[in-house]
Formats: sequence, C-alpha cells, structure tokens
Amino acid sequence: MSETTTASQPPQGSQPPQGSQPAQEFEKVLTGSSTQVASFDTHDKTPIQKFQHFLHGSPSAVPLIVLVISVAVFGVLLGGKFFSAFTLTLILQQVAITGIVGAAQTLVILTAGIDLSVGAIMVLTSVVMGQFTFRYGLPPSLAVLCGFACGALCGYINGILVARMKLPPFIVTLGMWQIVLASNFLYSANETIRSQDISAQAPLLQLFGENLRLGNAVLTYGVVAMVLLVAVLWYVLNHTAWGRHVYAVGDDPDAAELAGVNVKRMLVSIYTLSGLICALAGWTLIGRIGSVSPTAGQFANIESITAVVIGGISLFGGRGSILGMLFGALIVGVFSLGLRLVGTDPQWTYLLIGVLIISAVAIDQWIRKVAG
Amino acid sequence: MAQEPILSARGLVKRYGRVTALDNADFDLYPGEILAVIGDNGAGKSSMIKAISGAITPDEGEIRLEGRPVTFRSPIEARKAGIETVYQNLALSPALSIADNMFLGREIRKPGIMGSVLRKLDRGAMEKFARDKLSELGLMTIQNINQAVETLSGGQRQGVAVARAAAFGSKVIILDEPTAALGVKESRRVLELILDVRRRGIPIVLISHNMPHVFEVADRIHIHRLGRRLTVINPKDYTMSDAVAFMTGAKAPSEAVAA
Repeated sequence: MSETTTASQPPQGSQPPQGSQPAQEFEKVLTGSSTQVASFDTHDKTPIQKFQHFLHGSPSAVPLIVLVISVAVFGVLLGGKFFSAFTLTLILQQVAITGIVGAAQTLVILTAGIDLSVGAIMVLTSVVMGQFTFRYGLPPSLAVLCGFACGALCGYINGILVARMKLPPFIVTLGMWQIVLASNFLYSANETIRSQDISAQAPLLQLFGENLRLGNAVLTYGVVAMVLLVAVLWYVLNHTAWGRHVYAVGDDPDAAELAGVNVKRMLVSIYTLSGLICALAGWTLIGRIGSVSPTAGQFANIESITAVVIGGISLFGGRGSILGMLFGALIVGVFSLGLRLVGTDPQWTYLLIGVLIISAVAIDQWIRKVAG
Repeated sequence: MAQEPILSARGLVKRYGRVTALDNADFDLYPGEILAVIGDNGAGKSSMIKAISGAITPDEGEIRLEGRPVTFRSPIEARKAGIETVYQNLALSPALSIADNMFLGREIRKPGIMGSVLRKLDRGAMEKFARDKLSELGLMTIQNINQAVETLSGGQRQGVAVARAAAFGSKVIILDEPTAALGVKESRRVLELILDVRRRGIPIVLISHNMPHVFEVADRIHIHRLGRRLTVINPKDYTMSDAVAFMTGAKAPSEAVAA
C-alpha cells in the first residue's frame, strides 16, 4: 500500500492537497460520509441535561438555590420571627468570620489544595495584634500591621513547602496547624486580653465590632468587610490574569506550566494571600468577641471547608465560584439560627450540614460528567 | 540548500544517569518547510524536541535560532523567542474557556486605568482574536468561544491547541504527535491545518509515528536513530518501507543524504 500511495502523491510544497481531495487511500470513502461536523445539538437535550449544562456553566447556582429554598422554608415555619431585618442581619454577623476565612480557603482549594491551618493562623494573628499592643506598647495600627505580616509569613511558609518542596498541601497545613496553634499558646501564655482593656486603650482592634444600624438591621463592619472581600476576590478571580491562572493551576498544573504560567510562583502567592486574609479574619475576630483569646475560633478551619464544599467549589481544584462559598456560609448560618428558633436540638443542625456536605460533593461529581 | 536554517542544533548530548538519550544529535529546520521527525521508540526524538522547545536543557551542544546561539531554560523562554510547541497532551486547561486557554500566560489587559491599576482583562479583544484565529483555520464549528475546553471533542481540542500555536508562533511551530489520538476525519482536518500554517510561511516540525501522514505533508524527513540523526530524506525519493527500514536499522541509508 505504501508504494502506490507515495507514488500517487501530489508534488509536495507547491500544491498541498485540499480537504475535498483525500490524500490517503483509506480516506477516499470519506467523500461519501456525513458532512456534518460536530454539531451542537441543543435541541434534543432532555431538561435534566440542560439543567446539568447550566450548572456546569454557573457553579454557584446550586448553593444559591439551596439558600433561597432554606430561607423560604424557615420563613414559612417561623414567619415574622425569622423574616425580620434583625434576624437576617444576625445571620450575616454570625457568618462573617466563616466567610472571611472561607475566602482564604477558597483560593487554596481552587488550586486543588486544602488549608487546615487557616483557623490557627487567624487566632495567632489576633493574639499578635493584641499582645504587640499590650505587652510591647506598640501603637494599635502598627500592631495590626504586624498581625498582617505574621499571617502573610505563615501563608508564605505553607506556599514554599507546597510549591518548592512539593509536599502535599494536606500534610503541610496539618503540620502548620499544630505548629501555629502551639506557638499561639506558648507566646500568649494562654492569657486573654479583656474586652474592657481593649476598648479603653486600643479601640482600633475592635474596629470590626462597630456597627451600622438601619432600623432593626445591624451590620457590623465585619460583615461589610466580608462582603467587600468576597466582591474584590470575585473580580480578581474572574477578570484578572492572576485569577485565571489560579483556576488553570488548580485544573491541570502541568498544562498550566507548559502554557506559560509560573505554577510555583502562583502557589506561593496564593498561600501568602490566604495567610493575609486569615489575618483580616483575626482582626475581625477581635471585633466579634471583643477580647483577644488564644482559645477562640477553634472550628474556623472546619467551618471554612464546610462553606467551600457546600458552596460547590470542587475539592479537586479549578472549578467553582467564590460566590458559592459565600452562599455556602450563609446556608450554614440560616440552618443553625433557623433550627435554633424552631427550637430543635442543635445536633439536628450538624446532622443536616453533614447531609448538605455529602450532597454538594455528589452534585459536583454529577456536574463534572457533562464533560465525559 | 542555499538558505540558512532558521533553527539548527549541533552535537546535542543529553544523559539521564547512565542512559544517553541524545548522542551528538544534529538538527536543521529551513524556513517555510515541514520537517517530519521519525524514529523508533526510545530513539531520542522526544528528547531532541524537548531540547529545542526548552522543556529540557541539553548537557552539551549548541542550538541556533536564525543563526544566533540560544539557550532555553524553560518552554516559556522558547516561546518568547518565537518557538511554539503543541504537546501531545495539548497543555489546555479543561475547565477554562477557549479564549482563556488561547491567552493563558499572555493575557491582554484593558487599556487605560482599568488595565494598569485594576488589571482588568480585555475579554472582548481576547474573544475576538480567538474567534478570528479559529475561523482563519476553519474551526468555525465551535460556536461559543466561551465554552469550556472539556466540552469540545478531541479534534476540536487539537484544533484549539494548533490555533494557539499558529496564532503566536512567529518563527517555528513544533507539533508532537498531533494526530495520534484522532479519528480519520479529525486527522484530515489537522493535516489541513498544518498545511495551512505552512502556506502562511511558518516552518513546522512534525513528530509522528503515522507514516502515511508524514509522507503526505512533509517536505523533508529527519530520521532519528540511537540518539542521533541518521539521515534526512526527501519523501519523494523514498518509500515508507525504506523509511521504516532506516529507522529500525534493517537497512542503512546509501549515503549521507542532505536534502
């Protein structure tokens, strides 16, 4: 076959064969084949398939739907008690910390990593802000900056270990969690700075506890900070090159590297930014609880992962929207406050959140099948 | 040939431990041609291609681009010099859109303060460019430039990867097994793409195991054997069985043919 085919070749270089003239013997039959090329058959899709495609395109739709339904259900069950400006803004206040830490967690999980140290970094930075003011007498503004530097440093170390030493993020941040938490207790000597002292001497530390009142609605600066942070990160992730690279690194790091993304530098910058955001959470934490306590915020890392997972962000990286994380955090907030108002055993909250987590991951797997 | 090679390599050596993957390999690519590189498994053709595309750094030897010696420490550096590579795995991010993928690592920012301070991407410009490039290469079956790459068929993905290389590769385009994973019809489209790119004057290095495809499109065939260039043949003077015989060592080329 090779002899004849080569002999019948048109002269190369001068006249390349056109698509309509098959050059290979076995391709001659192609002229008789269907000329339809990869048509996008949007018509004969079932409603379920259309829904699947819609969810594939807008990953934060599922948590938004769940959020709206849960608000509606609790509204019907509880009436005005739930649907008051006070209750709804109370939910926002309760999820502010989770939302901010969740934003840091989102960045890391989008790179197919996980950050177990976010809660510990948050507490350590709040302790640094408090102790630098009260133990060393630094001006509160400088102490806050030191807190941010400390958060960034912790994140930077995580990033270096993950990107340069190529250690699994789970292990790095598991170790970092213990190290940071222990440093926190050693440094603070397990000592709490009282709320009265802070408001008397360094009110700046409690900045995020201040609030705006609009009728019955109470919005703390912490809530405003969370909403602004999520909005800014949404812009960065969707409309800047850095944000697109976050997704590319999480999706397929090898492909991203070959396509010209500096994967190592991206990872280090993502973990560092995550540490910085945790420091913001630490500052907000002082505002929320009033005092600086080394034992506060014990569950922040688990809560942030819960918000991210319920928010439909894939733990395998590269998929999901930070808005989903915010909806996820709000779903948890709505469930815990709603069930408390209904008057059930609080264990039902945990049970239902557990169900939500597993369903969210199951839905994520189903949406992914749109590709296959 | 009177012309100077646009890309050439002399005496490339690459060792992995005790294995010598490249043993004084030479390489020449002339302007405007399609050079096919064939060789048995383990002959070192991948190592040679990786050396000229910047994915590995050779231990010895010299690479010249347009007569000037160059050293690439990463694929990004090679790309900046004008050498684009389409890897066998395509190097596309499945969850990102076609436009995002085409511009990964070289995004266009909005003009003015939106771009310089807020670093906002110019989605419109990138989408237009991507759509133009895809239609230039006859890939208009793709309807939505914002659809995720993972929703495309294998041939369409290949098309996006080739279009990306063709759009930005100013000097040389390297294609590693572009038809290996494709069906008959899709292979045909990719071969047409390759000829189309050459018609626009960009030389192409084509690595392939598919003899009919190689003999159809190549102007010259570089046969790699045991870590070095065995010979370069003109596909018009030899048959596919000759080429296979040379690359497997069943037959020795009569003289050092330099096409």
